Amino acid sequence: MMKCPSNIIELMHNYLDEEISPQDELILRDHLHECAKCSQHFNDLKKTVAFIQHSSHLVPSDDFTAKVMARLPKEKKTIRLGRWLKKHPMITAASLFFALMMGSLLTTWNGEQQFSVSTKENLIIKGNTVIVPKGEVVNGDIVVRNGSIQIEGKVNGDVTVIHGEKHLASAGQVTGEIEEINEVFGWIWYNIKDMMKDTLETFDRE
Amino acid sequence: MEQLVKNRIKAIKKGDQNAYAEIVEIYKNKVYQLCYRMLGNRHEAEDVAQEAFIRAYINIHTYNPDMKFSSWLYRIATNLSIDRIRKKKPDFYLDAEVSGTDGLTMYSQLASTEASPEDTLESLELQEIVQKAILKLPEKYRSVIVLKYIEELSLQEISEILDLPVGTVKTRLHRGREALRKQLGHL
Ligand SMILES: [Zn+2]
Repeated sequence: MMKCPSNIIELMHNYLDEEISPQDELILRDHLHECAKCSQHFNDLKKTVAFIQHSSHLVPSDDFTAKVMARLPKEKKTIRLGRWLKKHPMITAASLFFALMMGSLLTTWNGEQQFSVSTKENLIIKGNTVIVPKGEVVNGDIVVRNGSIQIEGKVNGDVTVIHGEKHLASAGQVTGEIEEINEVFGWIWYNIKDMMKDTLETFDRE
Repeated sequence: MEQLVKNRIKAIKKGDQNAYAEIVEIYKNKVYQLCYRMLGNRHEAEDVAQEAFIRAYINIHTYNPDMKFSSWLYRIATNLSIDRIRKKKPDFYLDAEVSGTDGLTMYSQLASTEASPEDTLESLELQEIVQKAILKLPEKYRSVIVLKYIEELSLQEISEILDLPVGTVKTRLHRGREALRKQLGHL
């Protein structure tokens, strides 16, 4: 009986790992041709590998991913909010706008001290007081900032006084709403109503 | 693919949990397969595979992007499977000797009663025999065999996953194949 090379089994495995030198491969081939026992061993190894490789592939349950996701620790609220806002860009835009508006409104509330009036039609202005003279008719809204208004004639529209006072003479007449705003919240509310009106009008037009 | 995974991981590291669902979808079959071949039980495989994904998520900040993400994930799944094997009650060890059979192991009993030559040709039967043979391997050989032949990974990748020198992986692979040959080579 012939002698098998001492490392012949190792050469078989190196061959199966595709990590065999050309010289070793030659030694292996030559020996397998001559030795039935080693040839059998080698074939059994190859068959074994084929069995393992061809074992069927199973798949996890259909709701595997959902189960994993449900078992994850809860993420931070800010991230959830961030993603939610990304999914709802209209709300994001609205809330961003709202935040900016709040900021700018507070600035204008505190900062804008200058007298102004939205229209000059048929009005008399005396210092920081706007007068609607007797017998005159103002068509449209009047907004007075940082000043007062004295109404002796007629206003076909709303009258709003911001940071000031309104005086309505007994003969004076306002067809629309008349409002005095001296509080921050009133000021913000006024702006929101104004914005809403614009928005609604925009929608109406479309 | 690798780029997609990298982007998703960046999002996850920032805390975007939904990005992780895509990662799970990509790797669930591979991870499940690995766990199933290590444990031999569908229910346990499902449980351990889920656990692996949860661990990976929780420890995502420790993931080093120099390593393939799949390798890191397989490492977690392999370690969890081995932990599970060790915790298993010893009443199911196929090597356990059954009293009164003069050293005949439960395995050879199963083999002699269930696997007649005709049956072994039935593929379902063969599947079971193959899986039983894998389960009979000590876990250090089992993990190498599963990663090599079920997950079809290179020796280099296996070495990375198991954090072992390539030489050690080769030795374990050789021994694992020899042990399997003794079970399956005669079929
Ligand atoms: Zn020989």
